[in-house]
Amino acid sequence: MNKNDVGILIVDDELIVRDSLTKWFREDGFRTDSADCAASALRKLQISSWDIALVDIKMPGMDGIELLQRIKEHKKEMIIIIITAFASVDTAVKALKEGAYDYVTKPIDPDYLDHLIAKALNERSLVRENLRLRDAVSELSEKDEIIGESAETQHVLEMVQTVAPTDTTVMIRGESGTGKELIARAIHTHSKRKYFPIVTVNCGALTESLLESELFGHEKGAFTGAQYRRKGKVELADCGTLFLDEVGNISMKTQMDLLRVIETKQFMRVGGSEIIHSDFRVICATNRDLEAAVKDGSFREDLYFRLNVFAIPLPPLRARRGDIAKLAHYFLDKYAKQMGRAKHGFSPDAMHTLKAYDWPGNVRELENAIERAMVVSKSGAIEKEDLPVQVHAAMQPNGKRLEDIERKYIETVLRETGWNISRSAHVLDIDRVTLYHKIEKFGLKRNQ
Amino acid sequence: MSTIQLLALSDAQNDLVQVLVEPLRETFQADVELAASPIDLTQFFDVKRGQFNSTAILHVIKNQLANRHRNLRFKTHATKVALGVTGADLFIPILTYVFGEAELNGSAAVVSYYRLQNERYALPANRTLLEQRLIKEAVHELGHVLGLLHCQSPECVMHSSSYVEDIDLKSSEFCRSCKTSLFPRRK
Repeated sequence: MNKNDVGILIVDDELIVRDSLTKWFREDGFRTDSADCAASALRKLQISSWDIALVDIKMPGMDGIELLQRIKEHKKEMIIIIITAFASVDTAVKALKEGAYDYVTKPIDPDYLDHLIAKALNERSLVRENLRLRDAVSELSEKDEIIGESAETQHVLEMVQTVAPTDTTVMIRGESGTGKELIARAIHTHSKRKYFPIVTVNCGALTESLLESELFGHEKGAFTGAQYRRKGKVELADCGTLFLDEVGNISMKTQMDLLRVIETKQFMRVGGSEIIHSDFRVICATNRDLEAAVKDGSFREDLYFRLNVFAIPLPPLRARRGDIAKLAHYFLDKYAKQMGRAKHGFSPDAMHTLKAYDWPGNVRELENAIERAMVVSKSGAIEKEDLPVQVHAAMQPNGKRLEDIERKYIETVLRETGWNISRSAHVLDIDRVTLYHKIEKFGLKRNQ
Repeated sequence: MSTIQLLALSDAQNDLVQVLVEPLRETFQADVELAASPIDLTQFFDVKRGQFNSTAILHVIKNQLANRHRNLRFKTHATKVALGVTGADLFIPILTYVFGEAELNGSAAVVSYYRLQNERYALPANRTLLEQRLIKEAVHELGHVLGLLHCQSPECVMHSSSYVEDIDLKSSEFCRSCKTSLFPRRK
């Protein structure tokens, strides 16, 4: 910390006190000024910023306590130390109640004054650190914001608000990329379990045995390679929320195990005999037609009823086109910040294309499209041509083959990167070998 | 600075003031003139506090130095600073005590060895320690006179010391940064 960055204002009607304290703090390298009355101090506070004020309690006109109250009305974070020659418990208590940092009596022990200022500065830096962390946390939580003003999105948010405070099992239904995990997190964040973890299990990504071990954990030596005891996700979710993503894709055996643990909140680790209790709330998500799965016998009916207590259907993006513009701007802002580039919005043509496209990959596809457009876009607003080929190709008048569009797009990217193969491959999200094949296939040449 | 005028104030022990001559000459590469001071300290005694007002003493030292400069028949460009040394207990009105006081970026300073003596803290007298403390405080106050502020480096003589043990922790020398500010051209 540079002491010159710290401003100390001394407010006292006695010249000798002002002068000696000003000199004392100046020798320490602090930026210092003084005021002979409360009114003068308030004027100085309006003109420049001060971190610490040493205020005499007895002054003609407005006294130190009133000055303290006035300062605290506008500058809550300012550290105010009251100085008085009249040490009394009453005034000390009053000053502290009004928000004074501390209270010293004249004459002040120099060692005590040094420590007091050091302590005050330490507290000031902690307060600043706290504010900085709060900003960082709110920025992080903003990333999980649910964007959308359409009636469909608002209806979903109402359902989230309704079910979140309860302990009811929730099933989130929706196509891939509609933001099912985001909704699950929103429910958890607004629930009474928010101070405990939300543990996600991607059921679709794991084989039956791996999923079993992932859910329930295992004991040392339970299977080859199990060198240590490992806690499962169900155990880790104790007091919190267990989010089972793609729950429609689990095997019949795991369905049975899952049903048992949801009903009893008890389980055993793989290879273990100890019964473990875990208090968790279940939120699950699927894009599978579970009713059909129940009918054809690939999903247990009892588990279906156990999970499908409160269903939240998430509409696909094409069913809530009113949200596309807002989402597009949100992602543009996000990637502009991430890439350190200025954002210039979308050309009318590009926005029209975004709104007209069906977005089979939903919000996830829209986000990827905007990210890619930000990479490709040279400057200015995002143009229609900056969007991925499948998006603006959908707007092409009939008759144009996909291959033609692909050729044209690769050509554009190569031209824009000055035929830098690595960068072009990165923008197109393909590997360099594939790009070489495509260049050869389409007969593309430099300076064409 | 080419000359330091070392003033043994009325009550000061001459042999203790004498101790400062060599270290100050060496540290500041300046001539050190040892002189007795006619200043009567009793006028600065505060009966209520039983202490001497250092700001007032400093003011008188400064004025006397200025008068001497004015009375010189042949004016020289040599800069001169004065350091008063006393055995009296010093205070500035807002603080309970000070070891010394200096005019920042000015021409005068005053140091007291009253609170540098072990006996004040019910410890056995230690002459060597007292001399070391006095040298450090004298160099420190003259550092302020030459414009130096308190230094963060704990070993630097310009490190702030508000408690006698703090003085023992630092050295009697300037750190590299303070030395550079003080003598920019000296290598």
